[in-house]
Amino acid sequence: MLRCRLRMNPVSTTVRRPRLTPPVPVSAFPYNPGSLLSVLDLSVESVSRILGRATELEREDPQVRSRILAKRRIALLFYESSTRTRTSFELAAKGLGADTTLVSSLSSSIEKGESLKDTGLTLRALGAETIILRHNSSGAAWLLEAETRLPVLNAGDGMHEHPTQALLDLRTLLAHLRPGVETVTADTLAGVTLTIVGDILHSRVARSNMLLLPRLGARVLLCGPKELLPELAAQAGPGVFVERDFEAALRQSQAVMMLRIQAERLAGLQLDLNDYKASYQLSGQRLAAHAPTAVVLHPGPIIRGLEVTAGVADGAQSAILEQVHNGVAIRMAVVERALKATENGGRA
Amino acid sequence: MMDLVIRGGHLLDPAAGVDGMKDILLKDGRVAEIASPGKLRHGEGAQSLDATGLTVTPGLIDMHVHLREPGQAYKETIATGTAAAAAGGFTSVAAMPNTSPVNDSTETTRWMQAPERGAAIRVFPIAAATRGSKGESINDYAALRAAGAVAVSDDGLPILKDNVMREVLAAAARAGLTVIQHAEDTRLTQGASMNLGPMSFKLGLRGMPPEAESGLVERDIRLVTELRDTPAHLHVAHTSTAAALAAVRQARRSGLRVTCEVAPHHFLLTDEHVGLYNTHAKMCPPLRSAADRDAMIEGILDGVVDAIATDHAPHATHEKEVEFEHAPNGITGLDTALGLSLYWFHKEWRLPLGRVLSLLSAQPAALLGLKGRGTLAVGSFADVLVFDPKAEWTYRATDTKSKSRNTPFDGWAMLGKVRWTISEGRIAFGAAAD
Repeated sequence: MLRCRLRMNPVSTTVRRPRLTPPVPVSAFPYNPGSLLSVLDLSVESVSRILGRATELEREDPQVRSRILAKRRIALLFYESSTRTRTSFELAAKGLGADTTLVSSLSSSIEKGESLKDTGLTLRALGAETIILRHNSSGAAWLLEAETRLPVLNAGDGMHEHPTQALLDLRTLLAHLRPGVETVTADTLAGVTLTIVGDILHSRVARSNMLLLPRLGARVLLCGPKELLPELAAQAGPGVFVERDFEAALRQSQAVMMLRIQAERLAGLQLDLNDYKASYQLSGQRLAAHAPTAVVLHPGPIIRGLEVTAGVADGAQSAILEQVHNGVAIRMAVVERALKATENGGRA
Repeated sequence: MMDLVIRGGHLLDPAAGVDGMKDILLKDGRVAEIASPGKLRHGEGAQSLDATGLTVTPGLIDMHVHLREPGQAYKETIATGTAAAAAGGFTSVAAMPNTSPVNDSTETTRWMQAPERGAAIRVFPIAAATRGSKGESINDYAALRAAGAVAVSDDGLPILKDNVMREVLAAAARAGLTVIQHAEDTRLTQGASMNLGPMSFKLGLRGMPPEAESGLVERDIRLVTELRDTPAHLHVAHTSTAAALAAVRQARRSGLRVTCEVAPHHFLLTDEHVGLYNTHAKMCPPLRSAADRDAMIEGILDGVVDAIATDHAPHATHEKEVEFEHAPNGITGLDTALGLSLYWFHKEWRLPLGRVLSLLSAQPAALLGLKGRGTLAVGSFADVLVFDPKAEWTYRATDTKSKSRNTPFDGWAMLGKVRWTISEGRIAFGAAAD
């Protein structure tokens, strides 16, 4: 009946290749020079400058230090709970003399449906000169910066990045593997292998580290089950590899970073935790047998007895509390850069 | 209505096999006469349009748009959407039913076509395939067709259940309607906001695997195979993956009534264009890999793709100024479809002009069974596009007649400038003369 009128094109078997491909995307973004949204925003020289400045600020007389950003206004905007990151950003800002205010999603108009854009514009109108943002959506920091044009410090965006964590991890690694080294170059970590283990898929800490450390010469091995570590993670950047055998990875590593399984981001994924522990838990026995001198890192929070045993977390190879301690110095340098870079009219 | 004579233009009507200098008389909404320049026997007293140096061709037909009425007039209305369409060279659009309420009734189907809507061009409603587009119970296709529906679809939502989709295909075949499927196995795309690949991993966004599209296309083709003794016709909307296109190609070689469309963003852009969370690069299906994008280009060049359709999906500015994963899917497309198709397929990839225009007019007319459209043969509807096929220009989203500006093509080069769009004998759009 009716469908007979439908004329279909003959399908030829030869395919002509296009002569040109359409334009590639423009990736340039008008960052505020003080912003730190991704570790990819930082040149190796900038990383080196932040590390050096962190040390200077840490050693500085607290009275002198507290005049650096005296009475400057910094807003902490937190859409997710946080202990380490929030507290250390707050201590860092206050240590430089700034006034801080905390807005968290559970005690603000965000609960009433105010958008990120409007929240950001409100904070700017209240005089905030920098916003430190923790958000559960990947990319939220770019949106906030685009809408407010303020320096924005990304304190973790969804599953994407956590650049200050990677910087404090770098500072911790240097203290153990390159003691006395104050500045970094493209080969400072040459010969160093770091294995990141566990829930890579949902980890912003893993992404920031795998994008930062290879630029200083390190090799990053990613280790975990397929559900938490897709094969395409190896395409994240140069110097990044997938090694599913935890013990084989440990034997190559000078440092190992354990990650928590992010139950809040699993989205229905079912994991057998006993199987997981059998393959990927860092136990004292495993560490002693395969990486007896490696430094053990963990961005926290730790679930003792799951990804690491209590003995390893508290053991001699653990640098977990040093990481927390380094957070304050790194964040002082990053907060200072946020406000001073703008004044200097260029990127610090 | 005043008669119109278009003089001095180059008439290109692929469906009628006409490619030459012709004058054309439009009378009472139809094509009344075609003759060599200066040889029209009728048309005294008609308004004359000087098409010297211009190409005269059947008005474009977009078989996949969202006009947002009823229910979401803040994004678009039938009046503004069709005004944008007319400016883009379109004389007919087929409007998807994901309105509020869903267009699953003869009342809504008729309401959308009522003169009060102020449409600048012809609107052909596509009715929902299932009640409320919930994928459960089937609508009355004969009644919907009588009310003006030209196809059925639950666009935006796939029909997942095998038994429901089989019955939709069979019932639509009985009513003489095409089934347009939004092929997305939503069991594989929960919480995802872009294509699954290295880019989604880098951006920390959950990804939609290509198999979510191709798997459902393959399932639908199996159902059409079971119904091959009936006139069942499956049309795959906004095809975006190489695997889905390969399945369509295979089905066609087996003689099945399976057709497909591709949107300009899927033959031009890849998931790299998401860049740093550009919500104007977020749509469903998402921008895919370069290999998928290249497969769309090849599919258009080799003829397995039956139509270029825009999936015009306007959204208000504030809706796109949010976190990427919370932004609604979709971009506008009516302004840019002709300019992009000509710039890339005709100028860069050397597809003959008539082939490009067929993909935007004669072929979608055939897919939807729009008699007397997609051609300018005498007696056809006077749906005419008069344009300058050599004019290159730069698109500015702020110039749109749509209510929304959510396009990734702001600032892109276009080829082919619309001079007049004539809908059933009335000038629906006329560009200011240079």
